[in-house]
Amino acid sequence: MEVPILKQGHYLIASIQSALTDADLSQLREALITRVGKYRARGVIVDVTALDVMDSFAVRTLRDIAHMARLRGSETVIVGIQPEVAFAMVQLGLSLKGIATALDLEEGLAFLDAKARERA
Amino acid sequence: MGDELRLAIASDMDIVHAREKGRELAAAHGFSLGDQTVIATAISEVARNIVLYARRGEVRIRVATDTGRDGVVVVAEDQGPGIRDIAQALQDGFSTSGGLGLGLPGARRLMDDFDLQSEPGRGTTVTMAKWKRSRG
Repeated sequence: MEVPILKQGHYLIASIQSALTDADLSQLREALITRVGKYRARGVIVDVTALDVMDSFAVRTLRDIAHMARLRGSETVIVGIQPEVAFAMVQLGLSLKGIATALDLEEGLAFLDAKARERA
Repeated sequence: MGDELRLAIASDMDIVHAREKGRELAAAHGFSLGDQTVIATAISEVARNIVLYARRGEVRIRVATDTGRDGVVVVAEDQGPGIRDIAQALQDGFSTSGGLGLGLPGARRLMDDFDLQSEPGRGTTVTMAKWKRSRG
């Protein structure tokens, strides 16, 4: 299932709608990295509210997205990690160290706006 | 004794299917949302290992009762290359596939019981269980 990517101002918002296979996640990574350049995006938000499982592959892919986007001059925020998912991630030993996270889309946008003001 | 679900694992879609079935079974037996998520995540890891290392295998999921508690028991079995050094495979950060190396040690932390049997050239069987916490 392809993840829709919306362009809002200088930001790209990838809003995950349902469970994703490994191939879907890899495809999301490619699509985002391409679009960061195409739209000269300053920020990327990945909304994972709909994900009821974040396993090691999902976390690795999100980390890759954040690192690749940063190399292309764009900040990434992961928003909407559910409480049970956060619990399981910690048990599993997964972290998103060095990657910005926010409670929801609104907070994620506020974070990117603040980052943009810092840079201006 | 409840029915056992037998799920063939051969692709990344099968990984998602297996973890969803595991969650459904846990939910149907009154496991908390937290435990459902833990079980689904552990299934995702062991099912991915099957696809990654053995290409195909099977995940079996059932509900068992032990001293009055319900548990979800998951068996992930393949006839793949097997694991030469089991202790190493259970170490955090060890991976022969370029992954994070958290699959097996992570699944072991997520579940209450965890057993790994493997013979090089013959295959690997992971048996793991999560028991419902008693209330009160």
